[in-house]
Amino acid sequence: MARPRFEVRAQTGFTVMAVLTFGLLYLPIMTLVVYAFNDNDSIAIWKGFSLRWFRSAWNNQLVVEASIRSFQIAAAAAVLATVAATMAALATTRVTRPYRGLTFKYAFINQPLMVPEIVTAVALLIFFSRIKMWTGYTGLGYLIVAHTAFCIPFAYLPIRARLESMDLSLETAAADLYATPWNTFRRVTLPLLWPGILAGLMLAFVISLDDVVITEFVKSGGQDTLPTYMLGQFRRIVTPEINAISTVFLLLSIAIVTIFFFVSRKRA
Amino acid sequence: MPDKPDRNAIEVRGVSKIFGTGDSQVAALDDVSVSIRENEFFTLLGPSGCGKTTLLRLIAGFDFPTDGQILLHGDDIALLPPYKRPVNTVFQSYALFPHMTVGQNIAFGLEMLGKPKAEIAARVAAMLKLVKMEALRDRRTSQISGGQQQRVALARALAPQPKVLLLDEPLSALDYKLRKEMQIELKRLQHETGITFIFVTHDQEEALTMSDRIAVMSSGKILQVGSPRDIYDRPAERFVADFIGESNFLEAAVVASANGRATVRLASGTELAAALPEGFQPKDRVTVVVRPEQARLVREGGAASGVLENVVYFGTDTHFHVHLDAGGPFIVRQQNTRSGDAGYAPGDRVGVAIGEDAAQVLKD
Amino acid sequence: MATAGEIAEKAGREDVRRRWLLSTPALAIIFFAGIGPLFIVLVYSFLAPGSYGDVKWQFSTDAWVGVVLQRDIFDGTISIADAHLQIFLRSVTLSLATTVLTLIFGFPTAYFIATRPENRRDIWLFLITIPFWTNLLIRTFAMMEVLRNEGLVNGLLRFLHIIDQPIQFMYTDFAVLVGMVYVFLPLMVLPLFASMEKLDFRLVEAGYDLYATRFQVLRRVIIPLVKPGIIAGSILVFIPSLGAYVTPRVMGGGTNLMIGNLIELQFGQGRNWPLGAALSMTLMAIVMIALLFYVRNAGRNQGSGHG
Repeated sequence: MARPRFEVRAQTGFTVMAVLTFGLLYLPIMTLVVYAFNDNDSIAIWKGFSLRWFRSAWNNQLVVEASIRSFQIAAAAAVLATVAATMAALATTRVTRPYRGLTFKYAFINQPLMVPEIVTAVALLIFFSRIKMWTGYTGLGYLIVAHTAFCIPFAYLPIRARLESMDLSLETAAADLYATPWNTFRRVTLPLLWPGILAGLMLAFVISLDDVVITEFVKSGGQDTLPTYMLGQFRRIVTPEINAISTVFLLLSIAIVTIFFFVSRKRA
Repeated sequence: MPDKPDRNAIEVRGVSKIFGTGDSQVAALDDVSVSIRENEFFTLLGPSGCGKTTLLRLIAGFDFPTDGQILLHGDDIALLPPYKRPVNTVFQSYALFPHMTVGQNIAFGLEMLGKPKAEIAARVAAMLKLVKMEALRDRRTSQISGGQQQRVALARALAPQPKVLLLDEPLSALDYKLRKEMQIELKRLQHETGITFIFVTHDQEEALTMSDRIAVMSSGKILQVGSPRDIYDRPAERFVADFIGESNFLEAAVVASANGRATVRLASGTELAAALPEGFQPKDRVTVVVRPEQARLVREGGAASGVLENVVYFGTDTHFHVHLDAGGPFIVRQQNTRSGDAGYAPGDRVGVAIGEDAAQVLKD
Repeated sequence: MATAGEIAEKAGREDVRRRWLLSTPALAIIFFAGIGPLFIVLVYSFLAPGSYGDVKWQFSTDAWVGVVLQRDIFDGTISIADAHLQIFLRSVTLSLATTVLTLIFGFPTAYFIATRPENRRDIWLFLITIPFWTNLLIRTFAMMEVLRNEGLVNGLLRFLHIIDQPIQFMYTDFAVLVGMVYVFLPLMVLPLFASMEKLDFRLVEAGYDLYATRFQVLRRVIIPLVKPGIIAGSILVFIPSLGAYVTPRVMGGGTNLMIGNLIELQFGQGRNWPLGAALSMTLMAIVMIALLFYVRNAGRNQGSGHG
């Protein structure tokens, strides 16, 4: 029998704790998914395998509309936030001469991360209800602007990280090889930054798609997104239809995270 | 005296570079002037922080001087952006574009200059041949070895046929054997292309073996410019003698001097002939430098005497550490022969004989 | 002709100007839909409530007084607003408990991931990232599936004949706590992992070499070295816990309120916008204090990094 070796990295009970944590993390999600296939009117008792709740969700006009709305808002907000964040990241990284206002910019851009969502939600409720009164416009614009604002720091994060890890001498080399500043940006900076931008775009998209609180306060009548629709459903008797919607949503999140994972792993 | 700008590729005139503002100002370059001839392999040699890389960056256009002029074939280019200078750089980190192939990297500069496609293809092929990398044209730069990356960086910088090629410690990332190979390769490339090379290094051996001329730098100033032989045999200042090779320093008094030569008296009383450096300001007390291999151990006599403290065997030669009676250390280096050493042992009383024309007086 | 120095100076100014222009869109959007409206909230907190929501434009400090005190509607006597204080206290207690519990579960987990072989580390990290990016509402709902009367836990206990009647987990402080620990756990693990990944295990070896036991190495070597991660993770969990709205609403069922729900109430049924605004500002102030504490600690750690 081999003699047990002393393992430097081991800590008593840590592995057990970690495995327990992973179990606890996934058990509820698994339960949720399993009950989405329950052939019963209530989520309570398992009656057998069925896809009826997926069909039911698919045929539910409110769910379909909320899904489309969620995607519209998330797509618009993610694109806007990523463009703004890319520009901001270019402006705030690799500063050769630190200038006044740089710290201010960092604080400003990260502000949505620092203020509790409920406070921002309330603030936007007050502000936008005034504007709605003055202008009479009640479209999706408010939600898109609100989502763009809190998506910016999330899009900014990977783009800034990518820029800071980028070798400054590559752009110097381009300039040395007769590339004008614009050509340097187009041929060297942008292609190298692309994975960061893509990561930022996906993060922003997921963050927007997931938002409940700010959407709940900013939305006008009939502007439910998928999460606010679900939140509304919790007030009534919950059917496995919610499980079915959640399962699809979950799969979508996993897909996006997987892509994100592989994009951000491809380091220069 | 009439200027002959056509013979100088680069002329640096009174260039200063100050970093920072207010109290934290640091002068990276302090009123530096130097001329670099056409077709020359010119080396800027010095320890890190001496300003050699700053000078290179000013010539490349990555930074702008606080004061002074930089002439390229007679035209002041000090304020031109890098992409408007016919000067290319081989970076210390190579700075190869990771999202392009080897061929695309080499073609980049030519594309930016708006050369026709056919010409670009031909030059890329020629460059690949020059650095013996034909087979790797379509490889990603991340898929080739460090030595190959080095060659691509060279080919990329040479492709647009610059007037001057700047090399910023390009060999420092390579291992010893590859470095030796590339030193020869670089000399060959310089010969074949006829382009002026300005090479930055902190490695004195590299500088001595490769350069036509060397400028030794320290604390933002150029201390001495000359051929490798000049710099080694006739160091003008203590820093130069200390930085390049090993040196023994002896205090001496000037007895007589004329025509660049002097007779000096050492602390031991022995008188010695020594060479004076250029621009020597007459003074009584001087420091004389003697290279360890220019001295010999003797049982009796010699220019100075002392006690042998240590014998260090180096394979090709042996170093004898002597403590002089007049104070201070003196190292003698003697080639080893198969018949063995002369039987010197620590503790022996020995004399140090200094070869003819071995002593050099320092300016400072 | 301009000297070289002047030209460099001009180029520098140009660069700063370009950088301001580039950051303008982001700054403008965040000002419009983030920072700007906060000032309106501040203004609203000093106004009087309107009869049907919104505000009357007259100056009043009632809202701020109302955060901690209440006036009896019949005799006008003033007393401590027990209900509010209780909710504040519950919020802070639950948030602290959430932070401690996520640390207890998160620390060994992050350590476990950081000590996996490099090629398998990403997979474990991936397993943490999935719940992190899964909708918070869905995760809360998933925990509800586990805790409700007909849920997994009660079902299992009944199956084992340990209980006859289901234990009422849902709509209690316990449920809110479990829910918050569940949804905020990844926020603790990720920063912890980030600092443990950088941990130099030669230092751990040095600890063992100098006769430390496993526990001593943990306490005297590992924990001090990953302290920045512990602080970052704690702040990252504490702040959203304090402002939590969705989880207490779903798990607490409208009775076990936290500050977030109290604020919402003032804009809904309470119809007291100024009080809601004052409560929002109070919540923000608490969060800012926590952040300040973090920044000071992070700064100190950085300063003594090589000490």
